[in-house]
Amino acid sequence: MSDTLDAFRIETRAWLEANCPAEMRTPVARDSDVCWGGRNAKLSGPQRAWLDAMGAKGWTVPEWPAAYGGGGLSKDEAKVLASEMRRLGARSPLSSFGIWMLGPALLKYGSEAQKLEHLPKIARGEIRWCQGYSEPGAGSDLASLRTSAVLDGDEYVVNGQKVWTSYADKADWIFCLVRTHPDAPKHLGISFLLFDMASPGVTTSPIRLISGASPFCQTFFDDVRVPAANLMGEAGKGWDIAKYLLTHEREMIGAMDFSAGGRDSVSQIAARTIGLDGEVLGDPILRTDIVRHEIDAWAFGLTMERVKDQAKAGQGVGALSSMLKYYGTELNKQRQELLMSVGGSDSLQWEGDDGDQSRSWLRSRANSIEGGTSEINLNIIAKRVLQLPGA
Amino acid sequence: MALVLTEEQAMIRDAADGFFRDAAPPAAFRKLRDAKDATGFDRDLWRQMAEQGFAGVLVPEAHGGAGLGFVAAGLIQEAVGRNLTLSPLLSTAILAASALVAGGTEEQRAQYLPQIASGERLFALAADEQARHAPHAIATTAEASGNGFKLNGCKTFVLDGHVADTLIVAARTDDGITLFLVDAKAPGVATERTIMVDQRNAAEVTLTDVQVDGADVLGGVGGGAALLDRILDAGRACLAAELLGVSQQSFDTTIDYLKQREQFGQKIGSFQALQHRAAHLFCEVELARSATLRALQALDAGEDRAPMFVSLAKAKAGDVAKLASNEGVQMHGGIGMTDDYDIGFYMKRARAAGETFGDAGFHGDRLARLMGY
Repeated sequence: MSDTLDAFRIETRAWLEANCPAEMRTPVARDSDVCWGGRNAKLSGPQRAWLDAMGAKGWTVPEWPAAYGGGGLSKDEAKVLASEMRRLGARSPLSSFGIWMLGPALLKYGSEAQKLEHLPKIARGEIRWCQGYSEPGAGSDLASLRTSAVLDGDEYVVNGQKVWTSYADKADWIFCLVRTHPDAPKHLGISFLLFDMASPGVTTSPIRLISGASPFCQTFFDDVRVPAANLMGEAGKGWDIAKYLLTHEREMIGAMDFSAGGRDSVSQIAARTIGLDGEVLGDPILRTDIVRHEIDAWAFGLTMERVKDQAKAGQGVGALSSMLKYYGTELNKQRQELLMSVGGSDSLQWEGDDGDQSRSWLRSRANSIEGGTSEINLNIIAKRVLQLPGA
Repeated sequence: MALVLTEEQAMIRDAADGFFRDAAPPAAFRKLRDAKDATGFDRDLWRQMAEQGFAGVLVPEAHGGAGLGFVAAGLIQEAVGRNLTLSPLLSTAILAASALVAGGTEEQRAQYLPQIASGERLFALAADEQARHAPHAIATTAEASGNGFKLNGCKTFVLDGHVADTLIVAARTDDGITLFLVDAKAPGVATERTIMVDQRNAAEVTLTDVQVDGADVLGGVGGGAALLDRILDAGRACLAAELLGVSQQSFDTTIDYLKQREQFGQKIGSFQALQHRAAHLFCEVELARSATLRALQALDAGEDRAPMFVSLAKAKAGDVAKLASNEGVQMHGGIGMTDDYDIGFYMKRARAAGETFGDAGFHGDRLARLMGY
């Protein structure tokens, strides 16, 4: 390793030691431990201190340019930062659709004014974003969306309904797919609008899920007036941005439970819960299922590593986000099914801390639906990677 | 270490791909099979492979080899898998070279390693005694006799056993398992070739009062179990690479076919029922590739966790090769069942190579034990 990178590591280690509150060095145990930021964020003292310290350095988004509130770090420096945070057991200071989804799209398609306005607020966790994509009639066939935006002077007037809008009731702004050209072919009539959820005419209504939680909302737009300057990219070219953003979303969902690193494997949990009979797990049939799962999970983790290393070496691998999304989410569902079996009747509990497992299991079933179903991602691999003919 | 090939390794891959595609494609395999060739491979091809440095891929330069390491050996094996090439590469260049590098005395290395690199001496590993791989379940005995040992027992599934000049025999001594270098023509060695489903050479070897010298012990008396595991792991990782080649070729051939074959007035590749299976298979082959590369890198780096990565790779690559070749036959439909088409050869090889030195069940169990469950 180079001397400068070594110096950066020493400096980073000292800064993290001095600035990461002790409470932020423990594993995330419950939903409220995850910091989403935003105007209405209810943060504990240590969460606020950690977010502000990291946000000020731009280390919530280490590789974004410093001019837009990022850390301006190289890939190697960002790796050092990540490894030093792992060493400390430091929590992520900020979870954010702004970081994972909108940010990369803004950097590629946003105007300079839009980048300067929105990116620093994302980096500091000041504005929480939600994603206005799916509609009641536009799920897997997203491009058939009907929410309309009609230009009236220097404003768009937005009418329509979104669904499965994650945390719309808690978000400050929305990035939203709207139809601006109703007569154009469906992929060519879509535009990408950014607007404030506090605008008159925006209402949200949470949807209760099988897990009992309500992370998703229905979102209604009734004559919402949006400045035309909030259009991102060109009018009618929103589908390109939508697809680009989806690749980031898919990588995020696919990788979610594998990048965490410190989490216990199914076999570790099973060994604790069920116990060993001699050298092997006390339940031989479950053991076989677990080892099959862990072989796949391990090989998948290595594949994510290889994809990153190849990208770094300039060897592109096409449409990989679909592969990571498809395989990663199927594995996570399998993991949750196994954990349910490992826990036996204990994992059927619904209330209190003991209810976490059954709710996680139910939540995981959405993994292969949200952000493009497994079937849609298989379609994409078949068409873009394998170049199989269309039906 | 980054999970990508170095420039040197990428050159080796290209060289190996080109060589086997030209010199030993599936058509050559078919020809040898149809001729019921007594040797079971083409000795002239093996000579060329030695000239290319493939036979000496694991032999240190000081002993006349190329000393390229396991990632390189895996790349060669992957090309072998794609082309169904028949050769003593696994038994001699990988298993025997690993055995001598890891366990040989200075004299043994100086004598045998140059002969491996030049391709002039062939080896075979005589370890298995049961139909299901259980490498430490050894009943063959080695009793002290004169200034050496007397060997008695039966070995099965000895790859290239009937053409080998030297056998590496695992036998039980008072203090554990011991490996021996045994002249295949020594009195008391009886070798019977068996023809397998994939046309690879294997033999039953019977040892009756075979006298070996103390100098023919490989890796110390009683020290054979750990050495045998190392040799087997070298073979398993390279077999994973071969299985990866089998998977990739089955997959590529099948995708081509889906783009050509028409039914109901359209290419069958336009049917979603086949597209989704093909896309899933694509993901599986990528996973096998990652696991295999990691195992080969772990062997090159001498990592403590290498056995775990090897079992991961062998289990995953074995399962994926079965899936890829089975799906290949199914998607080819009726012609996939014909001897005229190559896809059936890949299914046979996937089954045999998957079984060799432990299938996914064996390696899943080993992996779980290594991980403490």
